[in-house]
Amino acid sequence: MSEQPLFKVTIDNITIEVPAGTTILEAARKIGGEVAPPTMCYYSKLKGSGGKCRTCLVEVSKGSEKDPRPMPKLVASCRTTIMDGMEVKNITSPKVLDARAGVVEFLLLNHPLDCPICDQAGECHLQDLSYEHGKEKTRYEFQKRVFHKVDLGDKIQLHMTRCILCYRCVFTADQLTTNREHGILDRGDHSQIATFIQKNLQNDFIGNVIDVCPVGALTDKTFRFKNRVWFTKPVDAHRDCDKCCGEVQLWMRGDEVYRVTARKDEWGEVKESSKGSTGWICNECRFDKKKVSDWIIEGPSNINRHSVISQGHYVGLKKPNETLSKVMQGRDPKLLMNIHEVSEVNKENIQLSLLERPAHSNDFNQ
Amino acid sequence: MAVKLLLEKAHIEGIRSYEVYRREGGYRSVEKALKTMSPENIVDEVKKSGLRGRGGAGFPAGMKWSFIAKPEGVPRHLVCNADESEPGTFKDRYLMENIPHLLIEGLIVSSFALGSNDTYIYIRGEYAWIVDILETAINEAKANGFVGNNILGTGFNCNIHVQRGAGAYICGEETALIESLEGKRGNPRLKPPFPAVKGLWERPTVVNNVETLSAIVPIINMGGEEYAKIGVGRSTGTKLISACGNINQPGVYEIDMTISVEEFIYSDEYCGGIANGKRLKACIPGGSSVPILPANLLLKTAKGETRYMNYESLSDGGFATGSMMGSGGFIVLDEDQCIVKNTLTLARFYRHESCGQCSPCREGTGWMEKILHNIEYGKGKISDIDLLWDIQSKIEGNTICPLGDAAAWPVAAAIRHFRDEFAWHVNHPDESQKRNFGLAHYADPIYVPVTA
Repeated sequence: MSEQPLFKVTIDNITIEVPAGTTILEAARKIGGEVAPPTMCYYSKLKGSGGKCRTCLVEVSKGSEKDPRPMPKLVASCRTTIMDGMEVKNITSPKVLDARAGVVEFLLLNHPLDCPICDQAGECHLQDLSYEHGKEKTRYEFQKRVFHKVDLGDKIQLHMTRCILCYRCVFTADQLTTNREHGILDRGDHSQIATFIQKNLQNDFIGNVIDVCPVGALTDKTFRFKNRVWFTKPVDAHRDCDKCCGEVQLWMRGDEVYRVTARKDEWGEVKESSKGSTGWICNECRFDKKKVSDWIIEGPSNINRHSVISQGHYVGLKKPNETLSKVMQGRDPKLLMNIHEVSEVNKENIQLSLLERPAHSNDFNQ
Repeated sequence: MAVKLLLEKAHIEGIRSYEVYRREGGYRSVEKALKTMSPENIVDEVKKSGLRGRGGAGFPAGMKWSFIAKPEGVPRHLVCNADESEPGTFKDRYLMENIPHLLIEGLIVSSFALGSNDTYIYIRGEYAWIVDILETAINEAKANGFVGNNILGTGFNCNIHVQRGAGAYICGEETALIESLEGKRGNPRLKPPFPAVKGLWERPTVVNNVETLSAIVPIINMGGEEYAKIGVGRSTGTKLISACGNINQPGVYEIDMTISVEEFIYSDEYCGGIANGKRLKACIPGGSSVPILPANLLLKTAKGETRYMNYESLSDGGFATGSMMGSGGFIVLDEDQCIVKNTLTLARFYRHESCGQCSPCREGTGWMEKILHNIEYGKGKISDIDLLWDIQSKIEGNTICPLGDAAAWPVAAAIRHFRDEFAWHVNHPDESQKRNFGLAHYADPIYVPVTA
């Protein structure tokens, strides 16, 4: 393979070098933390995805070293490739934050916000997005669009009311399965994901549409209403499967396997399997293998500390990459009060996570 | 009488047929171009002519042509955008219906300039009968050796195919048109790559409006420099304006872009004044997506100068006090028209026509329509006006294709210039259901501050 030239790109005052052809979003993900724009429709493993939801809009304040003019409009970072010397503003641009808040509001207009009864709650990208970038109140005073629930076969349920039309499942069905039976009907705000006259989706890999769905529009009927995801413990497991890589995540409670999904990375996308291909899993692994004895358990999954799923799982804590001080060019965020200066209760040298039992006040008296 | 280039022969009896068209000097430009000019010469002539795209954006056509990539061994395509769906615009329909051979002639010359052997006319589905007219014309031209293989013995092959759309406004956007032409759902593509690099079937493609391609014929016949002498400044040549609304003589007019807006509306040669002796209240000068202007800003610019019917003058003052030439759909509103209702109608249209691909446009257009509906029917709140303003600003510029902008601009302009009419609707919910706001002060002379 020929050596690819490296391009220098500065995102929110952090400069990195990435191979030519990388998108702004992928570059920002290499930096990680808050600098990576949120995405609802982009999925690095699906060709052609992205550009639709507009949550990843960023400002390009300098086009490149050769042509330093800024780009006139905000651009979708997931589909814009970097140029050498490009300067991008994400969280340092008020314009971006304003537009993003607007997009979140638009996405939530017709979303039912029925999180309390939605199976996706706790691992929903829209939930995270509105928590991080949305406003606390909506200005929408009209009826939301409502659809009937549709069963796509006996294992998958489509609840269009929650859909944000990211097209990810359409790309999945197009690229992973052989028959195209699944697409978008109608247009505008009445467009919907649909199959050909409620035809079943019967392909071996169609279950992956559940994994790519960023919201609770496509859910696993073998898991619906059985448990909240944050009560279950995710463990990595594998089995010998002749159809797929067989590397999965089991969502367990006690000895019971409640749900099987593909393994996901920190951006909520399906991870690569150990063989190097994308770790899509087949329907048999996903829906039919619900006994512990079906699987070889590798150990607890690493879960982002910020996720609600990590509540109660004290093992394998993964600290997110903190970028804020770099964005602010070395300065730390200004603290209103440093707890260690005013209180002697909380001691930095005592790591509660290392205790094997619940913490006790005596633990602070060492 | 102004210069006419496109519609000069449009009213000769039988001009739709090849014989009459040829007798009247048709297909001269094909002979001239294919036999005496090289493709580069033609592009140069078009550049010299200063012809700007007539579809709405007004991008210089010669420049667009020169951007087309020419990779070895990859076919290139010319696509004629006949998906004329902008409310208020019907000039292309008039051209294709009355003088179809003019378009065919322009297509052959342009195909030769761009090296397109398969040229497509993508026509809106509602123009079903025009498809027959065009296909008859293409077959006649083919029978006479102007279309098909080895045109005029020069070895240049060009086939013209007519493809009907299925009735979506969005398919007039060039990348959505290409998707639709490929047989897919008409969703606009993300740019880059631009069609000039990867268009139809990933091949370099140029998409031009019907009127633009027809204007190539006089440009080749008279030469680019001669053509550039018509008109004024960077608005060269002639432009078809489809005038409609509350005027005495609605129709398609060819203007040379030197006349004032006032003359266009009131002279008997053109619109013939406002119908039923009413007074002018407002006008959308370039098709439904361009900003609406009140009478006073339409006839005079904010600086107090006369406004002319050309690209520069109509957009004088930017969006704050100006509008756009757009596609030339000139919609005139008299004093009995309600701006709120008009804006609601447009918002409903854009809501219906949004492809639903990107979220600001999909959700925002529907939201705007609902709020406007409330205001129009006396259920609005005064805060709704600011909310509308905020929504349109969140849509504009944040979408994949210009439909988002096109939906946002009419709402923005209506609030910018007619805010008191909106407020009156909110404050007088009962009265607003019974009568219109009327002309009010919208035709009053504008105060122009005198600078020493």
